[in-house]
Amino acid sequence: MSSVEETTKLEIRGATKIYEAKTGPVNALHDIWLDVTAGELVSILGPSGCGKTTLLWAMSGLHALTRGEILLDGSPITGPRPAEIGMMFQDANLLPWRNLRKNIELPFEIKKQPVDNGRIETLVKEVGLDGFENSYPRELSGGMQQRASIVRALAPDPGVMLLDEPFGALDAFTRDEMNLLLMRLWSETSKTIVFVTHNISEAIFLADRVVVMTPRPGRLARIFDIELPRPRTVDMIFEPEFIALIQEIKRVVETGAGHTVEVE
Amino acid sequence: MSEFPRELRDETPSFDEGSPQQDHGPIDWTGLTSVRGAKSVLEIGTIIAIAVGVFFGLEAILRLTDTPAYVFPKPTAVVAALTDDFQLQYGHHLWVTLQEFFVGFAIGSTIGLILAAVITQKPFIEKVVAPYVIILVVTPMLALVPFLRVSLIQSPGMWPIIVAVALASGPMVLINAATGFRRTDLAKIALARSYGASTFQVFRKIRFPLALPMIIVGYMVGAIFGMLTAIGGEMVSASEQGGLGHQLVYFASLIRMDNFGAVLLIIEALGVSIYVVFYFIGKRWASWES
Repeated sequence: MSSVEETTKLEIRGATKIYEAKTGPVNALHDIWLDVTAGELVSILGPSGCGKTTLLWAMSGLHALTRGEILLDGSPITGPRPAEIGMMFQDANLLPWRNLRKNIELPFEIKKQPVDNGRIETLVKEVGLDGFENSYPRELSGGMQQRASIVRALAPDPGVMLLDEPFGALDAFTRDEMNLLLMRLWSETSKTIVFVTHNISEAIFLADRVVVMTPRPGRLARIFDIELPRPRTVDMIFEPEFIALIQEIKRVVETGAGHTVEVE
Repeated sequence: MSEFPRELRDETPSFDEGSPQQDHGPIDWTGLTSVRGAKSVLEIGTIIAIAVGVFFGLEAILRLTDTPAYVFPKPTAVVAALTDDFQLQYGHHLWVTLQEFFVGFAIGSTIGLILAAVITQKPFIEKVVAPYVIILVVTPMLALVPFLRVSLIQSPGMWPIIVAVALASGPMVLINAATGFRRTDLAKIALARSYGASTFQVFRKIRFPLALPMIIVGYMVGAIFGMLTAIGGEMVSASEQGGLGHQLVYFASLIRMDNFGAVLLIIEALGVSIYVVFYFIGKRWASWES
């Protein structure tokens, strides 16, 4: 774990979510306990249906929990907290009727805040989108759309970023590129990031800790501390240490637990 | 799949009967607007050649067969009839029809759009209202004009026709706009909500722009229906001012088929103008979809 000061940013306390499906109640989340430290990058990993997205949406305030609570800086999350939390969704999720610049300005518009032009321009340049501000999403590649989506999430400068499989739809090369970009931006800004993915190597590559979840009911199977040095490079994923981690985590995902750990 | 909270979930009611857009996917503008994008010189040339061919071909056939004008007027005679005393024969009546159309369409389309936005908020209301909208859509409103004139409105002026135009165009806007408002994209709504958007902001920033292409389609279809209703209404029961529909009946009764053809040309020009206007509105405001 990166050794910034150990203040707890997010506290997930007994998060449980049951929702009614046609076939009966579904236990999407079962008694999840997890603390996320300020400035930490945590990956939540698991197969589809393990409740990882449900957990992230509960953290964002878009979902209500059936039982339990999630605290941000000590106060319970009961609805969206746009000043503190920024969210990135599956796919770039840009509005096709707005050009890039107008898409990036959306959060400011909704919050009725003055647009931080300086910050937007810096970020746009940093992700290499300068000159494309007037382009529409359909004119851009998937990778470029995703960069715009990153800029949109970062522009209002939230302390916490919740990412819901943001790069799942991209090809492997673009995905690597996005992961490197994300890590660079993260190391520069000391944000707390929770990253949901079903890609083991991506989860390890990015994170300080990998939280493995298993389905039916969605529960926390195990937490892995990733002690690979930073800054990380794409070549690291071929090193024996990395491959060993992949194998170990894969085993936990497949067997459904190994053993359940308590998180203090 | 992820599960969405209740306020973000949208039931999709069955409102599609009679609606031209069954799927909620991207709209095929090219289907509606066969005039698509830039045309090549060859295409434009061919279109003009066909028009010229029909014009002179018809002229030649009518001259060779020595067809009398009351059976079928010669194209040249129709064009010539356009120019004789335009203001008295057509100009005044064009203006009457346009007033009836614009006022009726403005009222009908505004009510239709607002109703569409309101009823799609609640699936229950939408399901209850749907059959009545279908009835309004299939009712030939121009047939109501004599009834409106003699009983409900009791006016010799334009109002009975204006009401019929509103009744004809409103449901068309309503049914298409409702299809548009139902095309909700949960991820985009969640995005707006994550920035703390209110229900109204979600409507203004997400739902309305998403629905706009279908709204424009509704306006185009509604405008064409409204125009046809104005002219049909004038044919069955014109105001004391007349109107293009009145002129059609008038010239037909006098067997002045060249003048009759001239009125028809003006009506066609009106319809094509409506189409072109909405084509460009669609290009400007809904081109992101194609």
